[in-house]
Amino acid sequence: MNLNDTTLALAGGAMIGLAAAGWLVLTGKTAGVSGMLYGMVKPEPAERGWQASFLLGLLVGGIGLSLFWPQRLPELAADRLWLYAAAGALVGFGTRLGGGCTSGHGVCGIGRLSLRSIAGTCVFIAAGVAAVYLFRHVAGV
Amino acid sequence: MRNLIACVTGIVFALGLGVSGMTLPSKVIGFLDVTGNWDPSLLFVMGSAIPVYMLAWFWRRRHTPWLGGAKFPKPRADLDWRLFAGATLFGIGWGLAGICPGPAVTILGRPTLPALVFFGSLAGGMLLFRLVDRPKAVTNIPSTAR
Repeated sequence: MNLNDTTLALAGGAMIGLAAAGWLVLTGKTAGVSGMLYGMVKPEPAERGWQASFLLGLLVGGIGLSLFWPQRLPELAADRLWLYAAAGALVGFGTRLGGGCTSGHGVCGIGRLSLRSIAGTCVFIAAGVAAVYLFRHVAGV
Repeated sequence: MRNLIACVTGIVFALGLGVSGMTLPSKVIGFLDVTGNWDPSLLFVMGSAIPVYMLAWFWRRRHTPWLGGAKFPKPRADLDWRLFAGATLFGIGWGLAGICPGPAVTILGRPTLPALVFFGSLAGGMLLFRLVDRPKAVTNIPSTAR
C-alpha cells in the first residue's frame, strides 16, 4: 500500500457512499446490490424497474472503466473456473440467506448503525479472513 | 426519467468501486489476508463510504423519497441464524474469489469467461435460495394474501 492507494480508496469510497446516499434520498431504499440482483428473480417484482436501471448503471460504469481505466478491472485466471463457480454460488446463496452483502450491510447498514448489519459485516469479514487463510496459506489454492 | 436517474446512480457506484479498488480481487484478498502481506487500503473505502451514507441517513430517513414511494421501513433489529449462516457462506465465497455482488456486475464491463462464470454462478445461488426459501409455505396462507 502507498499514499496513492489510500487516496484512491478514500475517493472511491466517497463515491460509493454518495451513490448509496443518493439511492436512499431518491428511492427511500437500501442500495444493496445483492438485494437488487435478487429483485430481478424474486416473485414480487415491485421495484424491478429502478433496480434494473441501477444494475444497468453498474454495467455501464464497468464498460466505462474497461475503456478509460482498464487497469481497474481484473485479469482473472481462466484456468480456475471451478473456483469462480464455487465462490459465485456461495456469494449468491449466502447474501440472500444473510440479507445483504458488502453494500447493503457493510456500507448502508453500518451507516444507519443497524445491529444486524454490524454483526453481519463482522461475520462475513471474519469468514473471508478465515477462507483466505485456509485457502492461501494452508491448502495453497 | 426516474430510470435514468437510477442508472446514473449505478454508474457513480460502479466508478466508485473501480476507483477504490473493490473491482480488483487481488486487493480484496490482500485486505482479507491479515496473516500474509496485509493491504489495509480497503478499510479506507468503508471509512469514507459509511460516514457519507450516515449523513444522508440521519438527514433523510424520515422524509418521503424524491422519486416517490414509501419512506424507509422500520429496520429489523433482531439477530437470527439466517444472518450468521448467510454472512458466513458469503464471506467464504468472497475470500475465495475476492469478488462481491457489486463488483461482480461491474467487472462484466469486460466480459471475460471467469467473470461470466462467477456472475452466472451467483445468479444460480440466488435462484437456489428462491427455491428453498419457502418459510410461509407451511402455514397455508393463500399466495395472494402474502
